[in-house]
Amino acid sequence: MKENIVIIGGGIAGLESAARLIDLGYKPIIIEKSDHLGGHVADWNCLFPDMTPAREVVNRLIVSSADANIFLNTEISFVNKLKDSYNIMLSNGISIITKIILFTTGFSVFDASKKEEYGYGIYDQVITNRDLEHWFNTGDDKRVNNCGMNAVGFVHCVGSRDEKARNPQCSKVCCITAVKQAIELKQKFPEAMVYCFYMDLRMFGKKYEDFYIGAQRDYGIRFIRGRVSEVSENIDGRVIVKAEDTLSGKPVKVTLDLLVLMAGMVCNSDSTKVAGMVGLPLDSDGFLKSKDNVADIIDSPREGIFYAGACTGPKTVPETLAEARAAALKIHLFIKSLQ
Amino acid sequence: MDFGFKISPSSAVNLDNVNVEKFEQLHSVEPDVYKCMACGSCSSTCPANRFSGMSMRKVILALQRGKEKEAISMMRNCMLCGKCSMVCPRGINTRHLILSISRIYKEDGK
Ligand SMILES: Cc1cc2nc3c(=O)[nH]c(=O)nc-3n(C[C@H](O)[C@H](O)[C@H](O)COP(=O)(O)OP(=O)(O)OC[C@H]3O[C@@H](n4cnc5c(N)ncnc54)[C@H](O)[C@@H]3O)c2cc1C
Ligand code: SF4
Ligand code: SF4
Ligand code: SF4
Repeated sequence: MKENIVIIGGGIAGLESAARLIDLGYKPIIIEKSDHLGGHVADWNCLFPDMTPAREVVNRLIVSSADANIFLNTEISFVNKLKDSYNIMLSNGISIITKIILFTTGFSVFDASKKEEYGYGIYDQVITNRDLEHWFNTGDDKRVNNCGMNAVGFVHCVGSRDEKARNPQCSKVCCITAVKQAIELKQKFPEAMVYCFYMDLRMFGKKYEDFYIGAQRDYGIRFIRGRVSEVSENIDGRVIVKAEDTLSGKPVKVTLDLLVLMAGMVCNSDSTKVAGMVGLPLDSDGFLKSKDNVADIIDSPREGIFYAGACTGPKTVPETLAEARAAALKIHLFIKSLQ
Repeated sequence: MDFGFKISPSSAVNLDNVNVEKFEQLHSVEPDVYKCMACGSCSSTCPANRFSGMSMRKVILALQRGKEKEAISMMRNCMLCGKCSMVCPRGINTRHLILSISRIYKEDGK
């Protein structure tokens, strides 16, 4: 059990892989660039489709991976390829020789201020899906007006399915996230009108369609089929949203107290940077390229380098965890094959 | 038999009878025309939309449904300002598309 296993990224993918490798008798090393474990899920409040508290999921993973060697606030400075292994230099001065690297570097949330027409960072009443999760967790956000919440809108596909934002991909999780967050806001502000501006609704997962039906029937959330073209502010600081209601073929306009942009999932530049150090290719969607997108999603094209989670594309929590377990098993079998 | 009144012709779209020849001709010079996902961004930014109902989305749809007259009469209100091209999330050069449509369908309308 002497092989070093280096896991880059301490999000849920990294933690779950580490926990399973520990079960198999190894002592993996987790390199996490931020000051905490859990990645994005540590910032979320409740998870679709069962409203599981995100904190519980993350805490459970932190406990089960506690025996790993964990370096927080640490980045990869460079990687040298040796004959049959890699020499990884960390930003804290430690160097590690390893034959096995697992990328669990995850994704980035699209920077919504790049879509200027939606006014993020310009108008006070415009926030993102991430900001809303933060507000659910902390109740702390000046932009969310606690008292006068009469109308709220959600804009789907912000920075996704958009060639102008250089991301033609669908981010997959934001439709269901919008439905979830719309319901949560309606629960907090029962009097408010809640609108979702969508182009297509992608309810692909287990129980998602039920969630959508519930949003319509039980919460009266209004789904408007049209892409928001422009957001402006009126004198009293509310925002005016314009779109085409494509089902009636007429322009629509609505005044809102809060507009939530469903920023998409894009490839994380810290992920591609390290991938570049070991010569890993990127796929056409900008995420790390798997050996095969059907049969070998967790294999990289290079021997000894594996992937799990959102570093290869948008994924949900259960999908990420399943890949993380599969990667642990793959690594175990790979180490066996070396002996 | 004459009942003394006429049933107006069906407004249903019968795809069996739609002549796609011109649209295919258009498609061969403007391959992106099929990329339209009917999001409505073009219509809602179009300065001609509010007063005339011009909608690039509707034009593309109407042509594919064999409603060429409807499409051409809408297009007469286009000012070729190009705002629709700037917003299209599918990156369709709609302004150029309008010019190609005018060329290919010209004998029907203008
Ligand atoms: C708004 C929003 C809401 C969501 N809600 C849900 C939900 O309710 N249910 C659900 O199933 N899914 C949800 N998801 C999806 C979920 O967030 C992802 O499935 C999950 O975060 C993927 O985990 P990961 O570990 O692969 O990546 P991440 O969470 O991105 O974690 C990656 C980790 O790696 C670290 N890292 C990255 N690069 C480096 C580097 N070079 N060196 C060191 N460390 C690095 C990062 O700091 C981070 O800690 C949501 C997504 C969004 C955008
Ligand atoms: S999941 Fe929905 S909101 Fe997200 S990019 Fe895809 S279609 Fe748009
Ligand atoms: S080019 Fe024509 S269709 Fe496009 S926005 Fe201008 S007027 Fe409208
Ligand atoms: S903006 Fe582009 S994709 Fe959207 S309806 Fe218009 S032409 Fe189609």
